Amino acid sequence: MSAASINVSETPLVLYTLRRADDALILGHRLSEWCGHAPMLEEDMALANMGLDLLGQARELYTYAAKVEDGGHDEDTFAFLRDVRQYRNLLLMELPNGDFARTMVRQIFYSAFADLYWRAMMKSSDATLAAIAAKSEKESAYHLRHCSEWVVRLGDGTEESHARAQGAIDDLWSFTGEMFAVDDAERALIDAGIAIDPAALRPHWLETVTGVAAEATLVLPRNDWMQQGGRIGRHSEHLGHLLSELQSLQRTFPGATW
Amino acid sequence: MATPNTPLWEVFIRSRNGLAHKHCGSLHAADATMALQAARDVYTRRGEGLSIWVVPSNAITASDPSDKGMLFEPAESKIYRHPTFYDVPDEVGHM
Repeated sequence: MSAASINVSETPLVLYTLRRADDALILGHRLSEWCGHAPMLEEDMALANMGLDLLGQARELYTYAAKVEDGGHDEDTFAFLRDVRQYRNLLLMELPNGDFARTMVRQIFYSAFADLYWRAMMKSSDATLAAIAAKSEKESAYHLRHCSEWVVRLGDGTEESHARAQGAIDDLWSFTGEMFAVDDAERALIDAGIAIDPAALRPHWLETVTGVAAEATLVLPRNDWMQQGGRIGRHSEHLGHLLSELQSLQRTFPGATW
Repeated sequence: MATPNTPLWEVFIRSRNGLAHKHCGSLHAADATMALQAARDVYTRRGEGLSIWVVPSNAITASDPSDKGMLFEPAESKIYRHPTFYDVPDEVGHM
C-alpha cells in the first residue's frame, strides 16, 4: 500500500509560493545529506544548520501555500505527496552534492541570489511573504558569508581544491540562469507588487559572485546558455532519487506520525 | 585526528550584556574568520550568545598541573580570606 499523490490547484500565488518552498526544501535536504559526512565536525554542524534554516523557510512557505490554495493540504502533503513532475524547484537545488567544493559553489550561487531576493521581498505587498522574507533574509545573509569564505579558501587553497572549485563553477554555471527567469504567471504577481522581478537582481548577484571568485582566483564562465525546466516540473534524473528517500516513509506508511 | 591545517581554537561566549565572556569549549578551524563562524554554528545554536571570542589555543599560557600543590594548596589554610566572619545586618539583604 502506498499513499497517492495529491492534486494541487496551482493559481499564480500558490505556484509562486510552492516554487520558493520547493527550492528551500530540496536544497535543505541536499545539505542534510552531509550530516555525519562533512570534512570536519564543525562543518557538519554548519551544513546541518543551513539545512535547518532552509527547512524552516520551506515549512512557512508550504503552510502559506496551503492557506492560499484552501484545498485541504498542508506542509506535509506538499512535501511528501507530490510526485517529481509536481515539484517546482530550481534545477540547481536538486543537483547532487558532489564533493565539498561543489556543495559550496552551489550554495554561493543560490545564497548570493537568496540574500538579495529575500531582502527585496521584504517590501512585498503580501504581508505573509514579506514576513517570511524578513526572517529568511538574515539566514541567507549568513549562508552567503559562510560559503563565500569557503569558496575563497578552496579556490585560493591548494592546486587540488582550486581545481575542484573551478570544476564545480564550470559545471553549475548553466544552472544559475533559472533563478532570474520569469514566466507569465509570475509577471502578473510582479506587476501587482506581490513578487519582485528577479532579473533586476542579476547585476548585483553577478557583482557578488564575481567578487568572491576574483578573491578565490577562480574564473566565471563566459557562456550564457542556461538550463531551465525545474519551475515547470521538468527535472533532472536526480530529483526522483532524492524524493524516493525524502518521501519513502510517508509513501510506505501513509499518515505515520511519531 | 591529525589536523595540520586546522589548529585548535578556544571559544568564549558572552550570553548577556553586562556579563563576561565565558569559556565554553574549543574547535578546529583554518583561521580566525572560520573559527568565529564555526563557533557560531557549534556553540550558539540554541540562542546562547550575543558575542563570541575565539583565541588560538596555543596563545594560552597554562599553569602546570604538577605545580598544583605549590600554587594552590597554600590558599586552602587561609580561611580568613573568605568574607565569612562578618555579621551582615538583616536590612542589607542579599549581598
